[in-house]
Amino acid sequence: MTTLRIDNLNVSFSTEAGPLHALKNVSFDVPENRIVGIVGESGCGKSTLINAILGLLADNGSIDGGSILFEGQDELTSLPSSRMRDLRGPRIATVFQDPMGALNPVISVGKQMLNIQYRSTLSKDEKMNRAVEMLELVRIPDARAALARYPHQFSGGMKQRIAIAMALMMEPALLIADEPTTALDATLEVTTIELLKDLQQKIGCSVMFISHHLGVIAELCDDVVVMYAGEVVERGTVRQIFQDPRHPYTARLLECDPARQSERTRHLPTIPGEIPDLRARPAGCIFANRCDLVSDACSAPPPDKDIGDGHVARCIIADCPEETGVTA
Amino acid sequence: MSSDPILKVEDVQVSFPVGGFGRRNSILGVAGVSFEVNRGETFALVGESGSGKTTLARAVNGLQEISAGSITFEDQRIDELDPRAMKPVRKRMSMMFQDPVGSLSPRMTVGDLVTEPFRIHGIEGRNLRDEAERLLTLVGLPTSFDSRFPHQLSGGQARRVGVARAIALDPALIIADEPTAGLDVSVQGEVLNLLNDLRERLGLAMVIITHNLHVVHHVADRTAVMYLGRFVEAGETEEVFSAPQHPYTAALLSANPEPDPDKTHDRITLPAEVPSLLARPSGCEFHTRCPWAQSQCSFDAPERHVTDERVIACHFPLAPGARPPEQKESVLS
Ligand SMILES: Nc1ncnc2c1ncn2[C@@H]1O[C@H](COP(=O)(O)OP(=O)(O)OP(=O)(O)O)[C@@H](O)[C@H]1O
Ligand SMILES: Nc1ncnc2c1ncn2[C@@H]1O[C@H](COP(=O)(O)OP(=O)(O)OP(=O)(O)O)[C@@H](O)[C@H]1O
Ligand code: SF4
Ligand code: SF4
Ligand SMILES: [Mg+2]
Ligand SMILES: [Mg+2]
Repeated sequence: MTTLRIDNLNVSFSTEAGPLHALKNVSFDVPENRIVGIVGESGCGKSTLINAILGLLADNGSIDGGSILFEGQDELTSLPSSRMRDLRGPRIATVFQDPMGALNPVISVGKQMLNIQYRSTLSKDEKMNRAVEMLELVRIPDARAALARYPHQFSGGMKQRIAIAMALMMEPALLIADEPTTALDATLEVTTIELLKDLQQKIGCSVMFISHHLGVIAELCDDVVVMYAGEVVERGTVRQIFQDPRHPYTARLLECDPARQSERTRHLPTIPGEIPDLRARPAGCIFANRCDLVSDACSAPPPDKDIGDGHVARCIIADCPEETGVTA
Repeated sequence: MSSDPILKVEDVQVSFPVGGFGRRNSILGVAGVSFEVNRGETFALVGESGSGKTTLARAVNGLQEISAGSITFEDQRIDELDPRAMKPVRKRMSMMFQDPVGSLSPRMTVGDLVTEPFRIHGIEGRNLRDEAERLLTLVGLPTSFDSRFPHQLSGGQARRVGVARAIALDPALIIADEPTAGLDVSVQGEVLNLLNDLRERLGLAMVIITHNLHVVHHVADRTAVMYLGRFVEAGETEEVFSAPQHPYTAALLSANPEPDPDKTHDRITLPAEVPSLLARPSGCEFHTRCPWAQSQCSFDAPERHVTDERVIACHFPLAPGARPPEQKESVLS
């Protein structure tokens, strides 16, 4: 069974200058027991996607069409908010870019970790022990003493690890993680990835993992979804994406990774040009104004080309690797 | 070590009170750090999360009182200045904060946010609309963004607003705490190239704090590695990266994830337990996790040696390419 199936999802925000089409025809699956990485331009709609899944779009946002099916039964785009509240947390857990989103600054960490377990039938002591165990798993020193402390008394990285501990405490079916390791040093980042992988296998949950750190994506994920300006431009297994990218945006993105610059340089590669104004989307390919390989045919919306084995790219020349000029 | 330091930090300590129930305790978030930053230089601070990088940056910027040491900026002692006297200093030294959205007041528009430095410093005779436009363009945001509120920005867009604020008054030193966290690699490149252009054009010095070691490798002239509030190693970036001498540095560099799903990693793994600042380990504070620890390390704290432009605090500095003796359990004190 597929844990999460997103089909042709469209989301827009109303703004003073008219509607902003933040997600356009987004489709992909998060299969059971897999870790799906989501990468893309800053502002391409990753957080919007998460908020749409969680029923937490800003007041000016709306779902204009499409479906988000959770565990084959709950249609999240039309779920009553009471049912959504039941799912959010215990079944669909989240860790956000900013750990303070998950932590209440005026409540001690221990109290917050007890509060999350309000549905559990464990005794208070058992819940406390469970909290300590989770904090130890994410390597908070003096875990028991840490329960009495408040979020501001921890470093940024520690707060993030506490947020991860809280998200996994209820053993969710789906963990949505929005850049959970950004604030961690490399040794803790690697440990956290390994820990997430372990816990994911132990709990048997699926993970949607958003990160700009391509090294982390390559190391952690089974599948990768590449987004650009609110569209899924390419998706496939981690090897298909990193070793045989077929969308020119994916190729350019990978080339910009400073980790790929073998020579030390002060001037890092970038993708020239700007993302189009999402309030006035071009009729044709969304990447056309920045694409080296653009041709007349790109002024019509490009199809999702199926390259085989689940590898799909939204570009007219995706099935001709010699033309994409891709250097993987 | 240096010719023309713009910033000089000497033996700085920052202590925080902790504990309750009448027990008064304190921890050292920064436990005695010294370094200099030259004009036009980029100095990177890396290290364990919780090792005191942000605290040190806040101390330099006068946002955090220090409990010992001194901080000299442009030949002026600044650690004893009161907030009023600190104000003109902040024009010359700006800070980009770690939390991009949280550090922007939610009720101000982007246009107000990027021109706030002019209002705070009472700088008149400038058209703030023009300034907002100039700054937004400089950081690659459409000028139409000036009427947006922080919650209407993506994380990356909020980060660019932070850069615009930091460069608004043409400072001489920027302290950037995770300036590219939350940015895609292309925009990250743009922000770093932008900061580098400003460095070249204006002789700007930078202290950059980041966990992205690939970034540090490219942009920093010198790098210092922090552990439990101290520098364990510091030196020219190239040299530190090609031949780390401190075991923690070696472990950190070996952990760096690479964008290749088939890469096999030859990592130096460290035991999980990060020591508490309330109970700092005896001797070398890294000995509880150090794969190279000897018995001497558990009681004898290594001095900081300075050799060939390298600062290192270890009894047994590593030879280039050294591998751990065997991956053994840590020697617990
Ligand atoms: N409430 C809102 N009103 C108007 N526009 C919005 C709103 N929230 C987000 N946007 C816009 O929608 C687009 C997608 O934003 P989103 O936060 O989903 O991006 P993201 O991919 O998460 O970016 P990042 O990697 O920087 O976190 C951006 O252009 C953003 O400015
Ligand atoms: N206001 C405070 N009160 C008590 N302890 C604090 C306070 N601020 C920071 N600390 C502690 O000081 C230490 C250093 O924290 P700091 O935020 O400087 O670390 P950091 O190196 O910036 O970490 P990160 O990489 O995770 O951002 C941590 O142990 C933290 O818990
Ligand atoms: S469809 Fe055309 S413009 Fe779009 S990515 Fe492919 S080649 Fe480039
Ligand atoms: S002094 Fe000993 S314990 Fe400390 S880093 Fe060096 S070898 Fe390791
Ligand atoms: Mg986001
Ligand atoms: Mg910090």
